[in-house]
Amino acid sequence: MTDMTPPPVQIGDYTLEKRLIMGTGGITDLDALETALIASGTTLTTVAMRRYSPETKTSVFAMLERLGIDVLPNTAGCYTVRDTVLTAELAREALETDLIKVEVIADEHTLLPDVIETLEATEQLADRGFTPLVYTIDDPATALRLEQAGAAAVMPLGSPIGTGLGILNPHNIELIASRASVPVVLDAGIGAASEAAEAVELGCDAVLVASAVTRAEKPAAMAHAVRLAVEAGYHSAAAGRIPRRTHAVASSAMEGRIGTVDDLPEDRT
Amino acid sequence: MPTITLNDETVDLPAEATVADAVTHTTGRELHDDGRPTDGRRLGVAVALDGAVVPRSTWATTAVEDGQTLEVVTAVQGG
Repeated sequence: MTDMTPPPVQIGDYTLEKRLIMGTGGITDLDALETALIASGTTLTTVAMRRYSPETKTSVFAMLERLGIDVLPNTAGCYTVRDTVLTAELAREALETDLIKVEVIADEHTLLPDVIETLEATEQLADRGFTPLVYTIDDPATALRLEQAGAAAVMPLGSPIGTGLGILNPHNIELIASRASVPVVLDAGIGAASEAAEAVELGCDAVLVASAVTRAEKPAAMAHAVRLAVEAGYHSAAAGRIPRRTHAVASSAMEGRIGTVDDLPEDRT
Repeated sequence: MPTITLNDETVDLPAEATVADAVTHTTGRELHDDGRPTDGRRLGVAVALDGAVVPRSTWATTAVEDGQTLEVVTAVQGG
């Protein structure tokens, strides 16, 4: 049988082997996180950068290294270009990777991206030799601007971080994916596996999932489900869906039927 | 004896202390002159001195001076 494994995604110089990127926030039990990461089959997982504290000794970084999972540092918690660039520089120095998930938020209530700061940060980071994967709003125009500014991948949100509301504007996500010449990774908002499949069906190359797994009742089980969903979405998109129609189209032959529409009782015609 | 702000705390370091000394103070890990830990594992730590990143290779030769602000950061769960 042909190998049905979805091919890797090229993000700048980085080869993303599996189309599910995992987050690490939202779970306190490191062992449960480890089990979930393994169940997800992920090869790239995002981490935040924070001040070193004594509790850091049982570190998530050491765990990812042990599991052979590449690390994608993010700039979560940054509000300005200056903080974002400094955080990225620290991440590159600490973790020895050019990959950076650019995340510049507007305020702590919505956690929505500030696109003005995000655009400027993307440009500066690309100039400094980073491979920016850029968290952004689900707006096709902004996605193109980020690409022009040097984004190696654009990461539109499905809905706000941690809400589990799924993909609120599938039309926009589809438009972003169809026009982008860099990979598109759906980031934020996924609550269940079906929504991860939907993202890939809409044309996204990969999906990032954090809360949907880490805050699920059974994180490893959800991680497994999302892994299958991403793969299903890939094959579904590649297979070419049927067009949507207003009226039914019979899948059985009409010839040779034993009854006809003439047999309908009068009150049903 | 320099008094610096290390990760938002006031810390007294020995005279002629370097960034490498501050990293060891924070992480408890001994370092080679090139900034790699002597235990052979990866350190996963970066340093900003007054808002500018100090490359690991220069930690051992960068002196910390009285009143400076040092941030020692690492990867944590999040995002």
